[in-house]
Amino acid sequence: MDIRKLGLAAALGLTAGMAFGPAQSDPVDDTLVIDGETEITTRAKAVEGVPFDEVISGWHYRTDETREVEADSFANPGMLYVERGEEIWNTVDGAAGKSCASCHDNAAESMRGVGAEYPKWNAAAGKPYNLELFINDHRVEKMQAEPYKFDAADQKALVTFVKHQSFGMPVKVDLEAGDMKAWWEQGKERYYTRTGQLNMSCATCHEDNNGNYIRADHLSQGNVNGFPTYRLKQSNMVSLHNRFRGCIRDTRATYPAAFSDDLMALEVYVTWRGTGLSVETPAVRQ
Amino acid sequence: MTRTMGIAGLVAIVLAAGAAGAETLAPGNVVINDMVVETSLTGTPGDPAAGAVKAVDRKLGNCLACHAFSKMSSELFHGNVGPSLDGAGDRWTPEQLRAIVVNSKGVFGDQTIMPGFYTLDVGIDVDPKFEGKTILSAQDVEDVVAFLSTLKE
Ligand code: HEC
Ligand code: HEC
Ligand code: HEC
Repeated sequence: MDIRKLGLAAALGLTAGMAFGPAQSDPVDDTLVIDGETEITTRAKAVEGVPFDEVISGWHYRTDETREVEADSFANPGMLYVERGEEIWNTVDGAAGKSCASCHDNAAESMRGVGAEYPKWNAAAGKPYNLELFINDHRVEKMQAEPYKFDAADQKALVTFVKHQSFGMPVKVDLEAGDMKAWWEQGKERYYTRTGQLNMSCATCHEDNNGNYIRADHLSQGNVNGFPTYRLKQSNMVSLHNRFRGCIRDTRATYPAAFSDDLMALEVYVTWRGTGLSVETPAVRQ
Repeated sequence: MTRTMGIAGLVAIVLAAGAAGAETLAPGNVVINDMVVETSLTGTPGDPAAGAVKAVDRKLGNCLACHAFSKMSSELFHGNVGPSLDGAGDRWTPEQLRAIVVNSKGVFGDQTIMPGFYTLDVGIDVDPKFEGKTILSAQDVEDVVAFLSTLKE
């Protein structure tokens, strides 16, 4: 990017001072401490292969007000969905007459660290699974209950609850299991593929232009460690595949189905990019 | 009186549209050579006032998503992904500005985030609503170029 700008500036005989590019609007230098107690890792050294020195949580790109809401668990509306998720966890559903708690008991213990390792290879299915897919199969097999429809309120609440049990733990994806590498490759290819009439890829916005404002939106690296996230604009929890689809739609393109191979591959790749960041669920975003 | 004017106006519009139609270059026929598009896409001179409106309109140019220009500082929320367009009319000739608006990739290189506004060389999976269509029409481009040419410091 710099080389191109330089080339262009040179071609036009512009002086360096006139070269393109507004001053970067840097991510805010701040530390996320929840309720004055729990420090969250919102910056981490990037793992090898990620094209940044440091991976940075989207929290740093939000306004003072939004960052404060996330730092206060009483103010964070996402915590209501954690509570709702806990109710679902304890509620019997399906012909087997069981709840999640019937088998897993106290989620704070049994689910601690589980969500931080998703998406994860699922040998039975022969593909990576995220929590939504895992819980859906599980509801059918273990509870003889109906799988959730994509983005059903209960799906978002239960996933938020399970993910929240890994709050503060570092995101890590096991790429050695099964065919995860191939899925990672496919996700990477998708990440750099330009879509739609606007002809942009994920990288166009989140890699080349993070730190810049597109309209009023301060572009982040597009990390996923806070999902499902509470979006103030929508006054609702937003699932990861919903966010992916929204970003693709904004390029004036059609978007793949939720949990399709395309989006699962993307989830594997994008989650890996944020390796080392804390699980922030439920993060608060604009 | 009003009716006569109406008819006169209508005739003028039909003539203009007819003239434009005859000479409008299809997106595939526009050539960017050496960072310029030499000739008008329509043969009809651009209207800077109309161009300003089309540049700002979120469904058309939406230029403010990425650029500021002080003439439009009353508009809320401009982005800073691209440089301020103040002085664009000094930095670039109209032919260069036409190339930038038609397909900035032909000027800035393939990696630029700036969309091509009069090209069908776009990304995959284009929403059917936009398939085979350009973001701006040929005359929109001429109007926006005329507007940009007025941005002098
Ligand atoms: C009938 C007992 C039973 C019920 C009910 C049950 N589970 Fe499980 N769950 C298991 C067992 C056993 C495993 C271990 C792996 C396996 O068998 O799939 C497991 C594994 C899991 C895992 C994966 C852990 C990992 O390391 O990846 C998650 C997440 C999970 N359960 C969530 C839930 C949720 C949420 C519910 C309620 C919707 C639920 N379970 C209901 C028995 C149950
Ligand atoms: C036109 C620019 C644009 C493109 C292209 C784009 N996004 Fe985004 N994305 C945004 C904006 C704006 C936001 C909200 C502000 C932010 O966090 O960057 C966002 C937010 C996100 C977030 C939430 C970040 C957080 O901290 O909660 C994720 C994840 C994301 N994008 C992933 C993607 C992926 C994957 C792609 C490619 C399929 C993509 N985006 C393409 C503009 C874009
Ligand atoms: C998605 C972001 C984006 C949008 C939308 C956009 N541009 Fe740009 N534009 C850029 C970037 C970035 C550059 C700088 C070149 C580069 O780095 O690729 C640029 C460069 C330019 C330049 C040359 C810079 C100068 O002033 O010297 C002009 C002129 C320009 N754009 C005009 C427009 C017009 C007119 C529109 C609306 C019809 C528009 N742009 C829409 C991102 C955008």
